[in-house]
Amino acid sequence: MKDHIKKKLKLKVSAIKDGTVIDHINALSLFKVIKILGLDKIKNQITFGTNLDSAKLGRKAIIKVSDKFFKDDEIDKIALIAPHAKLNIIEDYEVVEKRIVEIPDVIHGIAKCFNPKCITNNEEISTCFQVISKEPVRLKCHYCEKITGQDQIKIK
Amino acid sequence: MKKKDLISITDYTKDEYLRIMELSREFEQNPNQDLLKGKVIASLFFEPSTRTRLSFETAISRLGGRIVGFSDVGSSSVSKGETLHDTIRMVSNYADLIVMRHPLEGSARYAAEISSVPVINAGDGANQHPTQTLLDMYSILKTQGTLDNINIFMVGDLKYGRTVHSLLMALSQFEKPVFNFIAPYELQMPEEYKIYLQEKGIRYFEHPEFNEIISEADIIYMTRVQKERFSDPIEYEKVRNVYILRNQMLKDTKPNLRILHPLPRVNEIHNDVDANDKAYYFEQARNGVFAREAIITHTMNLK
Ligand SMILES: [Zn+2]
Repeated sequence: MKDHIKKKLKLKVSAIKDGTVIDHINALSLFKVIKILGLDKIKNQITFGTNLDSAKLGRKAIIKVSDKFFKDDEIDKIALIAPHAKLNIIEDYEVVEKRIVEIPDVIHGIAKCFNPKCITNNEEISTCFQVISKEPVRLKCHYCEKITGQDQIKIK
Repeated sequence: MKKKDLISITDYTKDEYLRIMELSREFEQNPNQDLLKGKVIASLFFEPSTRTRLSFETAISRLGGRIVGFSDVGSSSVSKGETLHDTIRMVSNYADLIVMRHPLEGSARYAAEISSVPVINAGDGANQHPTQTLLDMYSILKTQGTLDNINIFMVGDLKYGRTVHSLLMALSQFEKPVFNFIAPYELQMPEEYKIYLQEKGIRYFEHPEFNEIISEADIIYMTRVQKERFSDPIEYEKVRNVYILRNQMLKDTKPNLRILHPLPRVNEIHNDVDANDKAYYFEQARNGVFAREAIITHTMNLK
């Protein structure tokens, strides 16, 4: 490969020293992911790219957050909205861990129940859902027992 | 010991269903037993339901318990904006058991999580009404002698009718039930229940018309078809007189057939059925007191 092409590629995926790379986000979900993770409110260095070619997703997005390592419940939040996301944990420019995002069997908080007559939408209560299907996502409310489908999911 | 709330019909195992049936029979034979002597039961009706409230309060009175509570929110602190959370926290400090009815779905499950005393759900919106199901089951057992091999026809609003959904779940725990669904197009049995039956290998049939097909029935379970369930009022007008049970339709039905209805009815069972021996809905309501005595004593570990 010629040197200038190599350089160009390198720029496109510019490395971070320490932190987390979230790859394979559906391009349409990028800004939701940023909001859910609160990345618009932190001071860390963040770079992102979107509308990148992806064989799997068509158009994908990628987010790189320096000096940030996500906790499990934060990852749950991503799983619900970007189920194909992959996390690379970077230490000293090396990928030290890869994590596949997986939707847990039970989801606490995060999502809203779609049922307007549900107690969780009428009183200050943390939601709880049993995940009855992961693809497409179907969430059964622990309280009203109604099922929230993939396209009805709203993040709290 | 973990407290035994009854929020959803699926909270009980088959053994517990059978235990409630056995206790209901005991209470029918001997309704007045002082098992709740010295106990205070909170009866919290956040929306009015005279029928269910009277049934519960009769059951509590026959067991010798005392009742505190309210029958509509107008007269309670709830109307001053108190949260369900705070009401339940307060009441569970006073009472030994809470019976509650609330218009919001999931409210009873939430109350059970907050309450230090057991909670019995007397209806949470369109979601669950498990004591109705248990009295339906007791009515089936009493009239058929068994809960196995029941051929049941469910008629009317099968989409929103919580009683038919819960009864379907409960009867599915018994041997070889056969379900027959008769409903207008807009109010058919939801897919999730049909999938549930398929997965359990339970037979069910859907019929567009309410006719001779009922000759196979052991139980006909009628429900109300409510106008407000229809998106198109013309659709309602088309079906409002189609799903009505009349006495002449019972001509060739099985001798053991009984007709159930959770009541109140509007016009879906013609008055001329009332005199037929197969009409069982008023006795069914009476069974509710025994079933609720059974549920209360089971919940409080008194028997
Ligand atoms: Zn809900």
